[in-house]
Amino acid sequence: MSAGHHHQLYRPGDSVIHRLPPQCKLLAAAGFAVAVVATPRESFWAFAVYAVLLAAVAAAGRVPPGFVLRRMVIEVPFVVFAVAIPFIGLGERVEVLGVPLSVEGLWAAWNILAKATLGVVASILLAATTEPRMMLLGAQRLRLPQLLVQIAMFMLRYMDVIMDEMRRMRIARESRGFVARDARQIPVLAKSAGALFIRSYERGERVHLAMLSRGYTGEMPIIRDLSASLRQWGTAGLLPGLAVATAVLSWSLS
Amino acid sequence: MTSHPVPSLEVGGLAYAYPDGTQALFGVDLTIGRGERVALLGPNGAGKTTLVMHLNGILTAGHGSVRVAGLDVRADTMKEIRRRVGLVFQDPDDQLFMPTVREDVAFGPANLGMRGAELDRRVSEALDRVGMLDAIDRPPHHLSFGQRRRVAVATVLAMEPEILVLDEPSSNLDPAARRELAEVLRNLDVTVLMVTHDLPYALELCERSLILSGGVIAADGPTRALLTDADLLAAHRLELPYGFAVPAL
Repeated sequence: MSAGHHHQLYRPGDSVIHRLPPQCKLLAAAGFAVAVVATPRESFWAFAVYAVLLAAVAAAGRVPPGFVLRRMVIEVPFVVFAVAIPFIGLGERVEVLGVPLSVEGLWAAWNILAKATLGVVASILLAATTEPRMMLLGAQRLRLPQLLVQIAMFMLRYMDVIMDEMRRMRIARESRGFVARDARQIPVLAKSAGALFIRSYERGERVHLAMLSRGYTGEMPIIRDLSASLRQWGTAGLLPGLAVATAVLSWSLS
Repeated sequence: MTSHPVPSLEVGGLAYAYPDGTQALFGVDLTIGRGERVALLGPNGAGKTTLVMHLNGILTAGHGSVRVAGLDVRADTMKEIRRRVGLVFQDPDDQLFMPTVREDVAFGPANLGMRGAELDRRVSEALDRVGMLDAIDRPPHHLSFGQRRRVAVATVLAMEPEILVLDEPSSNLDPAARRELAEVLRNLDVTVLMVTHDLPYALELCERSLILSGGVIAADGPTRALLTDADLLAAHRLELPYGFAVPAL
């Protein structure tokens, strides 16, 4: 089965991590992120421990380092921002290779970089081992507002349909000699976007009718049994558990 | 055709005007017996879709009544009505809104309160009846158009409806998919109302046809008799495709 383009974050497999129920993994990733953020930035060793924990998760989920590294590109805007801080930061300065840098700025940059990177890697590992729709079913189990889960579910289902419609509209434009060269073509593209919006809106109405016809009353029935055993919660709790212990230790040592 | 004391569908004096005042139906009367396969023919704009929307209470009658197996379509019977009337929409992408075929087919019965092994059985049975059991764990957008339409039929079969209502079932299907769907429909043991302007398809599948034109039932009779009446067809903007002649019996 060919994978759709929105599944590119997922890496099919059958590891311990893949088999964990999605709600356990969601909570584990969130707990880990909170522990990381709560750690004092001076505790370098604690961040090293977090990195080792994530490496262990990656190994258990059989997610190769290259796969994680490629997906970390998403962090680049934050990195650019973080790198700028030591140059524009105020206060005490320190010379690094002849360039005066703000000490406070360096600390801030390190803080952002380290915590963001750990958070991003944790989410990449979560996405790599959990199918998008399972993630939503997990969110539903964690009592996330029904409406939000349903909207996300429909986005997942109709992404391809809408992309396809967009492609057909582009082909129709281009077949009649349209080329988007500069700003003067913006009105045409804007109208296409408007038409796409209206088409999607009308489709939404038709889908709603189809749902009503099959007895929809505002709630998605839970079809699949996703209950997690204590053991599974225990396995998933290892990551946030160890991370929280590290955070607590780092506070008591600092 | 079995005669049964309670027909699957009875529509009496049904009239409807859209909120903007456009009158779409002017008093429709029709009865469909249990187990019948009936085609509802009519040109575009005849009110076919408006009529279909009344059958499961998405639109409610301005005048007249709709009864499904003896039960009136009313606000308080809506849940049961929607179980009894299985509506298959024209665009399967509108009908298949869940991430996988299994979840989509399960959606209706699950709304009826079914869970666990009973639900699984219902889903597999429905998919088996349309020959799509192999696709149970696939996402709908990875299926061909014809396969998606068959899955769409399964989504309503899973609710064990009294009557299956299909809106333009043959549209956009290639000849092979069209034949496969015909085989599926012919083997279903359920009352079928097929809304279409595909006259050969109506002839192939339905013994009886109704012509809806100008918001009323203009003709009701054996499909063969209606399709060989050139004047009748012409009066209601219906035409057989080029080169098609109703085959001799």
